[in-house]
Amino acid sequence: MTGQNLHEDGIRLTEEQKRRQRSRSVAIGLALAGLVVLFFVITLVKMGPGVFNRPL
Amino acid sequence: MSLAEIRETSFEETAGFGGQGAVGDYIALLKPRVMSLVIFTALVGVLIAPGSLHPVLAAVAVLCIAVGAGASGALNMWYDADIDRVMSRTRSRPIPAGRIEPGEALAFGLTLSAFSVAVLGLAVNWLAAGLLAFTIFFYAVVYTMWLKRATPHNIVIGGAAGAFPPMIGWAAVTGTVTLESVVLFLIIFMWTPPHFWALSLFKRGDYEAARIPMLPVVAGEDVTRTQILAYSVALAPIGVLPAVLGFASLVYGIAATVLGIAFVFYALQVYRRREGEAARKAAVGLFSFSLLYLFLIFSLLLGDTLVPAVIGAIWA
Repeated sequence: MTGQNLHEDGIRLTEEQKRRQRSRSVAIGLALAGLVVLFFVITLVKMGPGVFNRPL
Repeated sequence: MSLAEIRETSFEETAGFGGQGAVGDYIALLKPRVMSLVIFTALVGVLIAPGSLHPVLAAVAVLCIAVGAGASGALNMWYDADIDRVMSRTRSRPIPAGRIEPGEALAFGLTLSAFSVAVLGLAVNWLAAGLLAFTIFFYAVVYTMWLKRATPHNIVIGGAAGAFPPMIGWAAVTGTVTLESVVLFLIIFMWTPPHFWALSLFKRGDYEAARIPMLPVVAGEDVTRTQILAYSVALAPIGVLPAVLGFASLVYGIAATVLGIAFVFYALQVYRRREGEAARKAAVGLFSFSLLYLFLIFSLLLGDTLVPAVIGAIWA
């Protein structure tokens, strides 16, 4: 298969594949961080100060 | 089998395991150009709808509609990879080009579909979420899996999927489906056939090669030209309906009338010029103008709402 080299320990990714893997990981991380912020803001908007007003 | 052979075999098997795509390939799966039109029409639906929605929730609604549209684009590319390989226009898409595995696109599309519908439902309202879910289903299943390869009227019925975004935007604000939002739907619904049939006139070879029963391939170019003209004539008055029904101004009505007449003019050029380069130019001309038409119609509707609001704010 082109683009990958057989290695004693299995498959070794090429530099290009490593770069793509890194960029995908960064994109997933940013998307997750974005969702955290989005859900936090939605919660504040929908519940306002009432978010803290609940029985323990 | 020696250890080296076993390693070689497992090595070959990884060919279909995926994990090769760059971030840009995943963005390409979302069909960004189609998405930009969806974002714009959905945004207009949100902004011109009566009532109020918190700006953050309005932004969430448009984001969810955009992501849902992108998800249906990914599902479309997953299912259509075989015909995308044949057509020059789609050959370089991530799946036919081998950069993304079909299974990856399917998982990506399903995940985004579920997230977009759930977030829209939880953050805004479930009518809008239901309409978004139906739109994704309509585009991915009814259009892509069924109509596209089965009937020359694929684009007529399938066009409904592209017409829903302003209606979803409207539903996000009002929580209902009203006549006004149906008119917004109808404008895009009637606009879609002449837009895509103009494209298929100058990309006919592609559709023939992929054996997609587009109208020019199945019924011939003459029938297509007649149908384009008929839909254009029907579209022109529908474009004016917002002013007739009273939810757009007289200025909009006059502008929409002029734009409608221009649309019919371009369709007439396509109808008249049937041979050689002149015919191709007429089809390209209609295709380009149709994009401008839709952009201007929705911009005018937006201007109708925003301009008085801005003037009112300045005077107050």
